[in-house]
Amino acid sequence: MEFFLQLIVAGIVMGSIYAIVALGFTLIYKSTGVVNFAQGELLLVGAYICLHLTVEYRLNFVASFIITILFMFFFGFFIEKIFLRKMIGEPIISIIMLTIGLSSVFKSVVQLIWGTNTKTFPQIFPEEPLIVGGISVSYVYIFSIISVSIFLALFTVFFKKSKVGIAMRAVASDQQAALSMGIDVKRIFALSWAIAAVVSSVGGILIGNINGINTSLSQFGLKVFPVVILGGLDSILGAIVGGLIIGILENLAGGYIDPLIGGGAKEVFPFIFMIIILMIKPYGLFGTVEVEKV
Amino acid sequence: MNYTNCGEFQTSYEKDAAIFKSLFSKICIYGFLISLFVIPFFIDDYFLYLFNIIFIAVIGAVGLNILTGITGLISLGQGAFIGVGAYAAGYLANQYGLNFIIAIPFAGLITAIVGMIFGIPSLRLKGLYLSIATLAAQFILEFIFIRAESITGGVTGLSLDYAKFFNISLDNDFKFYFFGLSMTILMVTAAKNIVRTKIGRAFLSVRDNYIAAEAMGINIFKYKILSFGISSFYAGVAGAMWAYYVTIITPEHFTIGVSIQYLSIIIIGGLGKILGSIFGAIFITLLPEVLRFITDYFTSSYPFLTQAFASIREAAFGIVIIIFLLFEPEGLVRRWNLIKAYFKLWPFSY
Repeated sequence: MEFFLQLIVAGIVMGSIYAIVALGFTLIYKSTGVVNFAQGELLLVGAYICLHLTVEYRLNFVASFIITILFMFFFGFFIEKIFLRKMIGEPIISIIMLTIGLSSVFKSVVQLIWGTNTKTFPQIFPEEPLIVGGISVSYVYIFSIISVSIFLALFTVFFKKSKVGIAMRAVASDQQAALSMGIDVKRIFALSWAIAAVVSSVGGILIGNINGINTSLSQFGLKVFPVVILGGLDSILGAIVGGLIIGILENLAGGYIDPLIGGGAKEVFPFIFMIIILMIKPYGLFGTVEVEKV
Repeated sequence: MNYTNCGEFQTSYEKDAAIFKSLFSKICIYGFLISLFVIPFFIDDYFLYLFNIIFIAVIGAVGLNILTGITGLISLGQGAFIGVGAYAAGYLANQYGLNFIIAIPFAGLITAIVGMIFGIPSLRLKGLYLSIATLAAQFILEFIFIRAESITGGVTGLSLDYAKFFNISLDNDFKFYFFGLSMTILMVTAAKNIVRTKIGRAFLSVRDNYIAAEAMGINIFKYKILSFGISSFYAGVAGAMWAYYVTIITPEHFTIGVSIQYLSIIIIGGLGKILGSIFGAIFITLLPEVLRFITDYFTSSYPFLTQAFASIREAAFGIVIIIFLLFEPEGLVRRWNLIKAYFKLWPFSY
C-alpha cells in the first residue's frame, strides 16, 4: 500500500509537469493549428538558461527563474515571427517538419554550449523528505506541485478575465470572426508561442530540480503526445487532466510492470495507452470533435 | 541536330502514361543505368560505401514517399519498420537458414503485415492524429527491439552471415554494390509502376480529397491499409538489405531519428515524386560526409570541432530542413525540372 501511494505521489508530481508542458502544446495547437514537435527543446533551453544563471552568475534561484521566463517569452515570440509566420497555409507535414527541424537545431546548439553531461541545480530545498502519513515526499515535489498549481490558476484567470486572454480564445474558436472584430491575429499567434515557451521552461526548471538536466530531457516533448491525445488536442482542461492521469499511470506501470519485463515500461506504456485512446475516443476526453464537410 | 523536341505532344493515352516520354529520355536513363554498373570498377571503397548506403536509403524513402507523399498519410515510424525488416531477415537467416533471396522478400512481407497492423488506426484517424499514432508505433517497436531478446538479441544485437549468391559471398562493398543497385532499380521501377496504375491513382485521390474519392466508390480504408502495407514492404526490404550489409543489427539504428531522417529525405527531394526520393536520399546521405570533410579541413586550426561534430551535424540537418521548407517546399525535383526546362527552351527564356 505504501509503495502504491509512493508511486501515486511521484506520478502526480510528474503528471503536473506533463500538464504544464502540455498546456504550452495545447495553446499553440488551439490558436495556430500548429503541432509543435519542438516543445521538448523549448523546455531544454529554458532549463539550461536557468541553470546557467544560478551556477555561473551565482544569481538567486528566484531571480534566475524570473529572468529565464522573460527570456523564454521573447524566444517563443521570435520563433513564431521568424519561422512559423511564413508557414501559414502550408500542409501539415511541412509544419511538422519545420518544428522537427527547429528542435534539431535547438538541441544541437544546447549541446554545443553546455555539453552532454548531466548537470544538477544547486541544492535549494532541504534534502530530508517530509513524512506525511507514512509516505515520504521530498520538498522539491511539494514545490513543483505548488508552482504548477499557481501557474495553472494564473492561466485560468488570464484566459477568463484578461483582454488578451479573451482575444486568444476568440482566435482559437474562429480566426475569421476574430479578425473582423479587430483582433490582431498575428500578434495572438506570436503570443501563444511566447506563452508556450514560458510554460515549457517552467516545466524544464522543475524537472531539472528533481532529476538534473541533460539533453535527453527533450524526450518530454514526445511524452506530451499521449497527454494531449488523452485530454483532447485543443483543450486546456484536457491538458491538465491528461497530464495527471498519464503521470500516475506511467508511474504505476513503472512500479508494477517493470519487474516483470525488466524495465522500460514507463517509456512505452503511455504510447500503448495512447493508441487505445485513439481507437476508442480519437478526440480525447475534452477535445472538439471535428465535423467533416465537403 | 534535334536532340529533343521542345515540349511533349502525345497523340494517344498510352504515350501519355508511358514512363519514358521520348526516345531521348529513354536513351538518357539507359545510359545512366549502364554507367552505374561500370562506375564501381573505377572508385575506391569509401565511394562504394556511400553508394551502398544511398541504395538502401533510396528504397526506404521510396516506400515512405508512397505512403506520405502519394497517399498523404504522415508516418513517423519508418525507422522502426526498417528495423522490423532487418530483424526479420536476421531471424529468418539464423533460425531457418534461408538464403537472402528468399529472406529479403519474406522480411518485406513480415514488415508489411506489421505496418498494416499499425495502419489500422487510419480507419478512424487522419492527418495529425494518424501521424501521432505512427509515432506510438515507433516507440512500441523500439521497445520490442530491446525487450524481445530471444528474437532480437536485445541491446547487444543480432549478427548474421553475409548474403551468399550461389558461391559468391557479398562480403565487401564492391560485391554488395551490384546487389544494391539491382535491388534499387527493381524497387524503384516497381514503385513507378504502382503510382501509374489503378492503385496509385486511388492513393492520389485519397490524398487530394478523400470524401470525393469515397463518393466515387474507392474503399478508403482498404487503400490506406494497402498504402501502409506497400510502404512497410519497402521499409522491410531496405531493413533486410541493411542487415545483410552491416551484418550486426542493434536497436539504435532504428530510432525516431531515423524516421525523421526519412521524412526529411522525401521533403527535401520532393513529396509525392519517386525521383524526389532518390534526390533526397543522395542529398541527406552526403550531407554529413560533406560536413565531415569541411570540419576535418578546419580541425587543425580549431581542434574543438572534432568533438562538436555530432552537434554540428545535427544542427546542419535541422537548418537544411528549415531552409528547404521556407524557400523550396517542393524539393529538389522542382529545381531539376526547372533545369530541364531551361535546356528545353534554350535560347528562349520562357
